[in-house]
Amino acid sequence: MTTNLPTRPFQSSVAIEDITGLKERSLGQRLLASQPFWVTIALIIMCAVMTWDQPDAFASADNFYNITRNFAFIGIMAVGMTAVILTGGIDLSVGSLMGLVGVVCGLVLQAGYHWAAAVLAGLFAGGAAGAVNGLLIAYVGLPAFVVTLGMLSVARSLAIVLSENKMIYEFGPWGDTFNALGGGSVLGIANPVWTLLVLALVFGFVFNATAWGNYLYAIGSNENAARLTGVPVRRIKLQAYIVSGLTAALASVLIVGWQGSAINALGQGYELRVIASTVIGGADLMGGQGSAYGAVVGAALIEVIRNSLLMAGVDSNWQGAFVGLFIVLAVLLQRIRGKRSA
Amino acid sequence: MALLELQGIAKHFGAIEALKGVDLSIQAGEVVGLMGDNGAGKSTLVRVIAGNFRPSEGEIRIEGQTKHFHKPVDARAEGIEVVYQDLALCDNLTAAANVFLGREMKRRIGPIKILDYAAMYARVAELFSELKSETRPRDLVRQMSGGQRQAVAIARTRLSDARIVLMDEPTAAISVRQVAEVLGLIRRLRDKGIAVVLISHRMPDVFAVSDRVVVMRRGTKVADKSVNQTSPEEVTGLITGAIHTA
Repeated sequence: MTTNLPTRPFQSSVAIEDITGLKERSLGQRLLASQPFWVTIALIIMCAVMTWDQPDAFASADNFYNITRNFAFIGIMAVGMTAVILTGGIDLSVGSLMGLVGVVCGLVLQAGYHWAAAVLAGLFAGGAAGAVNGLLIAYVGLPAFVVTLGMLSVARSLAIVLSENKMIYEFGPWGDTFNALGGGSVLGIANPVWTLLVLALVFGFVFNATAWGNYLYAIGSNENAARLTGVPVRRIKLQAYIVSGLTAALASVLIVGWQGSAINALGQGYELRVIASTVIGGADLMGGQGSAYGAVVGAALIEVIRNSLLMAGVDSNWQGAFVGLFIVLAVLLQRIRGKRSA
Repeated sequence: MALLELQGIAKHFGAIEALKGVDLSIQAGEVVGLMGDNGAGKSTLVRVIAGNFRPSEGEIRIEGQTKHFHKPVDARAEGIEVVYQDLALCDNLTAAANVFLGREMKRRIGPIKILDYAAMYARVAELFSELKSETRPRDLVRQMSGGQRQAVAIARTRLSDARIVLMDEPTAAISVRQVAEVLGLIRRLRDKGIAVVLISHRMPDVFAVSDRVVVMRRGTKVADKSVNQTSPEEVTGLITGAIHTA
């Protein structure tokens, strides 16, 4: 009996080296699959429509200045929050930390100390509160949601006690310099925006190019695997919460300077806007996914929506509904993309 | 001299005797199939070797020298690596990032150290071609087949130049084609002179790739035979207790 089967043993026409050298997806494909890219598109479309609709009001230099400054505060915190969310955690205390840090800065200035002392005291307060969060979460093993919810309450209460429930606006001899930090501008762009830009670049680099950034993704992706392969999981988590506390403090220093007064209610409800920014920018609350650029563009989108609604004459009470809609849409988009790539 | 030698290993958890006087020796470049029913002591034995548990009695010797493992890190320092059943991989990271997780290659730019992606991709591509696995270093692990995931976990052991690789159920829950792939990976490890301990329930896989079969029952070793001198039927009997000793 004869067969037509080839007698030569099967040989693969491609060498393994050819395959192992392949990139999974081209740059274009990766861009199309990334959430921040689509949010950027949405942002551009929204700006284009508003510019066409209200060329005088929306596309003015003044409005640009206002919008960018407004989202800079949220953006700064969102970048720090991204570090926490990458590990699969959450930090609900950032809004309250703003209040506490603001009061601390105000009191230091009121007592007549140097502006740098006020900034350092503020950053120290934020970092210390973040460290308490991190220690309880990483070393004691309590759930992040509960610990930071507790800190939300404690920090706000401390702010009220320290300020004796009064507004602090007499900033002493260094008040003007302090106010210029957050309220001033360089080359026509507000200082908080420059701060956000630098922070986003630094953290974009840290998340992508350093072992520390890589560990954040690893912990959020599979904490047990990270531990088994020798990643210092606890230390990294602690550091992530300190980073989040520090960025909240930084945002608070700038916002107090801009407003020229410190109130203990500063930052109330901001934690939700910060988390919303990171989620719209593609961060996964289960961990392992997110980026610094996404956090910034998410914050920008929320502010542009708010601003546009205001300009379009929509009752400002509708803002919450629209922002909420976008959060859900963003997660929906993520889910759909996730299904396709899985 | 045997690469790994266990002598009279016993492990008690309170009144429960998980292991009773187990002797075992493994040569370099040998594949040993470790079989037994659930609760027979396979996992405990592997954990003793991997440094997760300290044995209650007995000695572990590596190339004739007595060793005491207090932590998994101690065992790893001696070249013992475990491929866990769940593989301990991070789905959101690339194959290369997983292989290098915890021991990344870095490049210094001024005062800061950054990840050297190019070098890591190149090294991992080298490991995969060594293992003859069609796995791409830049792929996310989430998108990989079961066989490729095994290849990533095995490449990790190659990176650290392990001398003994313990594999926990590597062929459970993957497709037939991928089983062949994984068995190929095991043979490649053996050809490099690495000792492999294969824990498996799947009789055909064990017989396909092992030099020796060790059967555990109720915490004792009931058989230790070359695959040529036994049969799946006999091993089944030994596992269930239908045959007492061989």
